[in-house]
Amino acid sequence: MSKVLSPKEEFDAKPWAGKLRKYDILKEGTIALVVVALLVTSLAFIFGSPDEKSLTFKGWAISNSDNFYATTVQELAGTSGTATYGRPYNTNGDGLNVGPLFLQKWAGVTQRINAANDFVIEPLMNQVQSPEVKAALSQWSTATETQRTKWATTYDDAITKVEGKLSAVPNGDYGPVPALANGLTEMAKAGALDAALLSQGGFFQTDSTKQILFFGDGAYLDDAGTAANLQGGTWGMMNETGRYPGQAWLWLYSFWYQIPPFTNEDSHPIGANADVYIMVIMGLMSLGLIAMPLIPGIRSLPMRIPIHRGIWRSYYQSEGIKRRKR
Amino acid sequence: MSQKMWTARARESWQKNLPIEKLIPDTQPSYVASWIYVFGVLTIAALSMIVLSGLILAFAGPAWYHTSSFGHWVNSLHFWSVQLFFAFMVIHLWGKFWMAAWRGNRFKTWVSGAVVFVLSIATAFTGYLIQTNFDSQWIAFEAKDGFNSAGIGAFFNVTNLGQMLLLHVAFLPAVLGLLTLIHVLMVRKRGVVPPIDADSSNTEAAK
Amino acid sequence: MSGWISNFMNHPATYLKAGWIQISVSNLIVILLMLSIFVLAILLPFPNKHSDEDAK
Repeated sequence: MSKVLSPKEEFDAKPWAGKLRKYDILKEGTIALVVVALLVTSLAFIFGSPDEKSLTFKGWAISNSDNFYATTVQELAGTSGTATYGRPYNTNGDGLNVGPLFLQKWAGVTQRINAANDFVIEPLMNQVQSPEVKAALSQWSTATETQRTKWATTYDDAITKVEGKLSAVPNGDYGPVPALANGLTEMAKAGALDAALLSQGGFFQTDSTKQILFFGDGAYLDDAGTAANLQGGTWGMMNETGRYPGQAWLWLYSFWYQIPPFTNEDSHPIGANADVYIMVIMGLMSLGLIAMPLIPGIRSLPMRIPIHRGIWRSYYQSEGIKRRKR
Repeated sequence: MSQKMWTARARESWQKNLPIEKLIPDTQPSYVASWIYVFGVLTIAALSMIVLSGLILAFAGPAWYHTSSFGHWVNSLHFWSVQLFFAFMVIHLWGKFWMAAWRGNRFKTWVSGAVVFVLSIATAFTGYLIQTNFDSQWIAFEAKDGFNSAGIGAFFNVTNLGQMLLLHVAFLPAVLGLLTLIHVLMVRKRGVVPPIDADSSNTEAAK
Repeated sequence: MSGWISNFMNHPATYLKAGWIQISVSNLIVILLMLSIFVLAILLPFPNKHSDEDAK
């Protein structure tokens, strides 16, 4: 492969033949390390670092037990965020798409979650329960799928109708669902659900997927995120808890979530699929950064805007080099 | 005979392209005289501090710093090293952009640096996920949707603490360290890019 | 160590808003610091005692 290089390009590529100055690379490296070490140590001493305690199911069930209860009913009814999510957790939704590309769907189910079973029934089964909950569990497990769904969705609808105010829910044929939801709420209040979800019937556990997903289905985590200014729609991706600096380097990723059509979840096709469009935009922009020297216009900015006259001013002065015409 | 041996060929090619005088030089072209040139080495210094504080955190386990005040301080070292690392790296990037430092066969050096930048964001992100505090709960729940929507979540599960922990302390730093090394070796091999307005008439005049 | 500062740092942050732009004071400080360090790095004279002599 032979390219025709301009004289300037050839000059830039050749080893430097002009004046040199002394330079001690090891000394420079050592000084840099010492300076940065001192800087980091001082910053750590003065400011510390953020560490807001993790939230718990116990905290959720105690501080907002109606919401926890209603979320549990949604998990049983299959109407929660997780239950309707689609891949990679289940096939109950198509997920997002960019035009004809259903990347989410194509990737398949790799972390299977059955919201009713994994979040509610299994944890209840793995604990000693009151006779009432025991009876509800056996009624649930012997019922048909259709019957279960009917009980749970009827109850879920009734709760939604009264806007989550449990005391206002009229009587109806909800089967074992109220007893199950009540059992799980009591379990969560006592702190037992945190442990039950974590162990998931095993001894060792390193996968927190189920806890995180169940936790986010309710209002507790979302409210805490809003209170800490972490919501994506208000640049939260860049923010940190407390007064600490956050991930300022995510400003561009965060930026897209602030402007239409990405801000409007009801606009099709882009707003409704904002997550994947922004992911694709950022992927392309990252490639753009990597290949920036190939992009016409951008690659000639450094020649047009002469910041380099400042960077190399002592060399230009000592050699009497004027700006090149171009 | 040595022409066909991989080992001999690799050694000869190294010696030709990157002799020890280039690898650890004691001179620089005289135009390398600006504070903007120190941000590359400052970035590496901050990266060293990240690795050092990270090693201590790794030895003590991911939840240690919640309960030990020394642990919290080491966590603070890690946190501020990361803030400085990104600040220095971005200033380095701005500097190299305005010098058009990809000139003269240095395109691959730019590419390796930009890849390190993008990969650093991913590495820092996994760090935020393994803090085992409210921040990581929030970030895991929010970030999963983006990755899932692009099909990445199927194998890169941000809500899986174990997976993120291993990637953050093993795979990502290894790749990042290797790419940084390659980036630095490329800089040493090609030398620092000459000034935009300089050409052969300047070096000839110098002789 | 540094009790009141860490107390200060762990309070809810202050945010500056201008229309749809919103930024925490801490992030703004970090970004402004980066920009000013960049400008200073170019403007401040670099100690240059060897530059005139030919090192080789």
